[in-house]
Amino acid sequence: MTGLALVGHQFRYDQKAFWRNPASVFFTVMFPVILFLILAVVFSGEDVDVRGGIEATTYYVPAIMSLAIISATMQTLAMTLVIAREDGRLKRGRGTPMPPWVFIAGRVGNSIVVALMMLVLLAAIGALFGADVPWDRLPAILLTLVIGAASFCCLGIALTAAIPSQDAAAAIVNAMLLPLYFLSGVFIPEDQLPDGVIAFADLFPVRHFFDAFFDAYVPAGGSAVSWDNLAIVALWGVAGLLLAIRYFRWTPKTG
Amino acid sequence: MSYGATEAVRGIDLEVDRGEIFAFLGPNGAGKTTTVEILEGYRRRTGGEVKVLGEDPERAGRDWRERIGIVLQSGRLDPYLTVRESLDLYAGYFRKPRPTEDVIALIGLEGKADERASRLSGGQQRRLDVGMALVGDPELLFLDEPTTGFDPSARRQAWDVIAGLRDLGKTVFLTTHYMDEAQRLANRVTIIAAGRVVARGTPQDLGDRESGETTIRYRAGGQEVVVQTMTPVETLHELTTKALADGEPLEGLEVTRPSLEDVYLELTAEAADGGAE
Repeated sequence: MTGLALVGHQFRYDQKAFWRNPASVFFTVMFPVILFLILAVVFSGEDVDVRGGIEATTYYVPAIMSLAIISATMQTLAMTLVIAREDGRLKRGRGTPMPPWVFIAGRVGNSIVVALMMLVLLAAIGALFGADVPWDRLPAILLTLVIGAASFCCLGIALTAAIPSQDAAAAIVNAMLLPLYFLSGVFIPEDQLPDGVIAFADLFPVRHFFDAFFDAYVPAGGSAVSWDNLAIVALWGVAGLLLAIRYFRWTPKTG
Repeated sequence: MSYGATEAVRGIDLEVDRGEIFAFLGPNGAGKTTTVEILEGYRRRTGGEVKVLGEDPERAGRDWRERIGIVLQSGRLDPYLTVRESLDLYAGYFRKPRPTEDVIALIGLEGKADERASRLSGGQQRRLDVGMALVGDPELLFLDEPTTGFDPSARRQAWDVIAGLRDLGKTVFLTTHYMDEAQRLANRVTIIAAGRVVARGTPQDLGDRESGETTIRYRAGGQEVVVQTMTPVETLHELTTKALADGEPLEGLEVTRPSLEDVYLELTAEAADGGAE
């Protein structure tokens, strides 16, 4: 097989394994949906004081989409790659003629496709709660998603180098991301967060991605593509890529 | 060859012939895996010359990888893919893969082809693991402790699979710490301990019970006497002649030859104590 055909081949099996893995399906697909439903029900009818006031459900659609995209990319890759590494599956694969980049491309492709599916799913559920789908902004939404997803993929792959074992994977990933979701206005609308909190969250890519995705998805405010936020997210992605190239390992750290 | 601060193995000369099963035997921690990882191209060596299928594993590329198969010491499988899917996935990596159905038959998992790896027994998982290495139809197969932790019947099945590889003309580099496994499967055996070669030869040579010391035990005057001898016939003759002449029977007389296990344990214990090569 040629390189690209081989990526497609790898991707097919990554998809099978993804959808059969209860942990992936729950945390990446079900959890964001459940979270959105809870938030939409609890805050239904309330307004959020952002962009001159928007409905809470309208706020939470792009918020939970951001979370779902990060979950499908950074979280999924960090977890599944560490598990595969410690299982010896990465090492086994390296013993075959398959070029390493093909394997990584298959996994990244899997993450981006799942992220796109989550976009569609959450947009549809959001529409049921009265959050209109901004069709005219689709190019901006997709551009933001792809830059963000690619960047968080790089960060997830880089993060595996800092995770020593399978057991540590979930703890480390959640310890990084959960506080950032809170501090970045994903769970608690940003009009209720003190200024200092947002300023702190601005140090990390989650906040900038959410900001960019919000701009793309909610028509109320300015331009659809938030170039400055996307540039910061992409810089994080490049840093992740360099760290991943330097520190990613195919052999188990334990055993 | 060393890594970190300690030299793991040194002065190991190995030659493996095409089409043979070569057993690389030694206790845990002897340096077997280090050596085999150097041969597989996973680990860099600090010195020495290595050629596997005519190439240096450190520099060998994709074409070389088309010709080898590797079964790691502890490699788990993707729990969510079936036997057939796991093999099909790997088949895509090779230019000329062996048909998946062939591989399934070789590893004896015909009845389990559509079972997910997580539902297989330990022995079946290990056979699938071997199957993953056979997908590319390799000339040379590395098997690192393929039966460690198996129950006797699973070991027997794994042995049948490995013996079948010789019939296919494959060269097999088998790492093991079981003497009986080497004896059962290998054409030639090299034993290492503490990073050095302590013995090499055919299993028959190594297990040659004529060459080891025979132990003679008996009781005389209530005391147990143990005699080690390389010439048991002469020694016994002397002992029994004297006993008959003195009218004192050799109570509880017992003559034992060293088992293969004894030979192996003795060789490896000497090396661990810093004994000579």
